[in-house]
Amino acid sequence: MIYLELLLGFLQIGMFAFGGAYGAIPLIRDVVMSYGWLSEDQLTYMIAVSESTPGPIMVNTATYIGSSQGGILGAVIATTAVALPSFIIILIVSTILKNFAENPYFQAVLRGIKPCIIGIIISTGLYMIINNCRSGEGLNHVNVLITLILLMFMLLHKRILKSKASPIHLIIFAAALGIAFG
Amino acid sequence: MLELFLTFAKIGSFTFGGGYAMISLIEDICVTKKKWITHDEMMNMTVIAESTPGPIAINCATFVGYRIKGLKGAFAATLGVILPSFLIIYIISCFLSNFMEIKIVADAFRGIKLAVGLLIFNAGIGMLSKMKKKLFPIIIFSSSMLLMLCSELLGFKVSTVVMMMTAGVIGLIYNSLQKVKEREDNL
Repeated sequence: MIYLELLLGFLQIGMFAFGGAYGAIPLIRDVVMSYGWLSEDQLTYMIAVSESTPGPIMVNTATYIGSSQGGILGAVIATTAVALPSFIIILIVSTILKNFAENPYFQAVLRGIKPCIIGIIISTGLYMIINNCRSGEGLNHVNVLITLILLMFMLLHKRILKSKASPIHLIIFAAALGIAFG
Repeated sequence: MLELFLTFAKIGSFTFGGGYAMISLIEDICVTKKKWITHDEMMNMTVIAESTPGPIAINCATFVGYRIKGLKGAFAATLGVILPSFLIIYIISCFLSNFMEIKIVADAFRGIKLAVGLLIFNAGIGMLSKMKKKLFPIIIFSSSMLLMLCSELLGFKVSTVVMMMTAGVIGLIYNSLQKVKEREDNL
């Protein structure tokens, strides 16, 4: 039953996605892959679309996956499921557990979870880069070249303009490179 | 109520790049312009939003909405922040697979695919540079990174949720060990 799967999958994402959108991406990937909703490539496209459209990235991915798997009803279920845990948690925190965030036991749990998420995010990014640069047994030379150009762009942007390249600029530049090398 | 909904709908439709980008816009509108919440409450809310799971934008919207108009306000603000992206993405999702059959679009996405990996990696590095450089977080960080990377490259499955829960339990154990040690030191 796809609707139940969407509900459970996105409730899980909404409940465990600490650290904003990038913390959620490895989780989304885990859930999407284990249910077999999207291929690795489709998932990457979807992340790019979510990054280039306004709004919370988690909501964007939930709507997209929900709609691709179960039409409008799927989209509504997935989006509600991803938003519901934080809605309820914030209501609880602002009514009965006002000092919850300062609770030492909760802080201790977070102290373990936060570095773990950073590790998961970095290895997810690293794996995606490695995966894109190899083809079969060898290297995909065009993709290696584009990755290096993008990396240079990011480094130069930070060095010269003293600010991080915005994800949208990077995505537009990458699209242009993809067309140029296509 | 309607004002809450519309304000958060505006925030939802004009912020690119997810929650952290949204926090500054929320501060600008809710603290400076509308004076719905104070600066201190905003700071407090940011800490809560960061230490609770879920989309940061939804955490903020629920919090501000509840402050102003209770449960109904929380609902209106959250719906407002979700609705624009829901509509935009729903429309895109209906067309994207047809779009992908056009060669130039497929080529563009081939480039974009490469950017996404870099963006995720870069976000992780940014978080790492803000992490406290102490032994405990460094050990947790490197072991989860290695475990995750090995599982991806060697093809065995590790659930990210299980990893995070384990790390949380380790955090608790480490905390109580520290307390025991402090007590012994005091004796």
